[in-house]
Amino acid sequence: MSVAIDVRDLTRRFGTFTAVDSITFQVKKGEVFGFLGANGAGKTTAIKMLIGLLAPTSGQASVAGFDVRRQTEQVRRVIGYMSQRFSLYEDLTGRENITLYGGIYGLTDAEIASRGDALIDALHLGKSADDRVASLPLGWKQKLAFSVALLHQPAVVFLDEPTGGVDPITRRQFWEMIYAAAARGTTVFVTTHYLDEAEYCDRVSIMVDGRIGAMGTPADLKDEFGVATLDELFVQLARPTAAAPG
Amino acid sequence: MPPLVVERLSKRFDEKVALDDVSLEVHPAELFGLVGPDGGGKTTLFRILTTLLIPDAGSGTVLGLDVVRDLWAIRARVGYMPGRFSLYPDLSVEENLTFFASVFGTSLAEGYAIIEPIYKQIEPFRARRAGALSGGMKQKLALCCALVHRPEILFLDEPTTGVDAVSRREFWDLLHDLKLSGLPIVVATPYMDEANRCDRVALMQQGRVLAIDAPAAIGKRFPNPLFAVRGRDRFALLQALRAFPSAVSTFLFGAELHYADARTDMAPAAIADELRSQLRAKGFADAEVAPISPGIEDTFMALMGEPPAVAA
Repeated sequence: MSVAIDVRDLTRRFGTFTAVDSITFQVKKGEVFGFLGANGAGKTTAIKMLIGLLAPTSGQASVAGFDVRRQTEQVRRVIGYMSQRFSLYEDLTGRENITLYGGIYGLTDAEIASRGDALIDALHLGKSADDRVASLPLGWKQKLAFSVALLHQPAVVFLDEPTGGVDPITRRQFWEMIYAAAARGTTVFVTTHYLDEAEYCDRVSIMVDGRIGAMGTPADLKDEFGVATLDELFVQLARPTAAAPG
Repeated sequence: MPPLVVERLSKRFDEKVALDDVSLEVHPAELFGLVGPDGGGKTTLFRILTTLLIPDAGSGTVLGLDVVRDLWAIRARVGYMPGRFSLYPDLSVEENLTFFASVFGTSLAEGYAIIEPIYKQIEPFRARRAGALSGGMKQKLALCCALVHRPEILFLDEPTTGVDAVSRREFWDLLHDLKLSGLPIVVATPYMDEANRCDRVALMQQGRVLAIDAPAAIGKRFPNPLFAVRGRDRFALLQALRAFPSAVSTFLFGAELHYADARTDMAPAAIADELRSQLRAKGFADAEVAPISPGIEDTFMALMGEPPAVAA
């Protein structure tokens, strides 16, 4: 099976502080990979390097075969990204957001029209596609943002806390959308503070103080550390030391 | 008189109903949770109770004072931690505390005893800019700032949102200790698992209260027999379970699936046996099915019914 994300000894320092400390891992094509860690453990810094927003201090990483340091532009074209904080333009309608992002990613007008209609149908958005995004319930906004992040059929999609504050049913519908995307071959790289969601991943890694403290399938990790839930494992590994407020 | 009484409160913003006929009571020294997703009405309720917003209908009293008429008296006696980080990022930890104490006409020294157990944890960083603290530390500082004038009731709006699981746990330990000191606390959270840390909770969804009860009692309101189903191919298993004629609902649930069955008159063990053999017949050789007791999240989803519709 081919490798979608290949990270070797990736390191990022800020002055004397090492935010990401020589991490190494691979994510397979079509895999749902959960990237966990406490606040300040280095997750955001690592993601910024993987999506080409921050240069590594040392080490290598490639996404869909493109080097994140030398081929930044190609990397950005083959990835999708959404987060809880930034996803869609609130003052535009759903349909306008689709047109905007489709244009940014270089889709033709015909592609934007057909994929946009398919997306609106699949989400049962109906006439609400022409309402300002600001007026949609949060869960719908997040499902729409995820679909828009997939519009240009990226090889890898990065989801940074996509379900924060979302109601429990919509949260689960969101994960079914993730499974469907993965089944179509999209690689999903996701962070979450909901540890029940970590159980939905094929594999997870838990970052602790810039390093990878544990990595594996949820079942294997629970066996290895002798815990009943990933929540217990997370608490065991990620309890911050008093000297490091992160 | 209970420290908090809310009777039939409603509030709309233009055509959007933010609070819809909400009634509840909080007891002395109670840790009371408002549990629900964004858009549930939690923040609007807090704003009315802290006199920042006037309700359209209904009434409320805080410490026996009316939330509309007695606003100045209420403001001096409540502690409020808003959902957004609302400290001064360019002031240090200690400067923020001193500032909030002085606004309430007191001092850090006078309030020190009540904040001490929490402040101890951030005191090593008292000279650090508040904006440079980690998420968990910011929340501890914000809690100190809401407590420093020794309030008689505490309102916390989603203090643990965006905070990692370890810091969330520590924060709830702090709330539990505060409650033991006799302080009534009302805390909002979108995390269903945190509801179990409360004495009682109100489940809120789209401005309405779906249920109010002790966490253990909420689970008992689940209307159907519930089963945990395990198997390797969870996504396929989910589809297969939904196709069963007596399926009421099937949801992903951590490492398991939770399946509710319509047959309330049949022994759960018998339903589990039947499901297991049917799943195995469909090729799920490793499928395991066991009856379970529903939790808060199960009940929440059952009471929610359909997920919120797009712009009604």
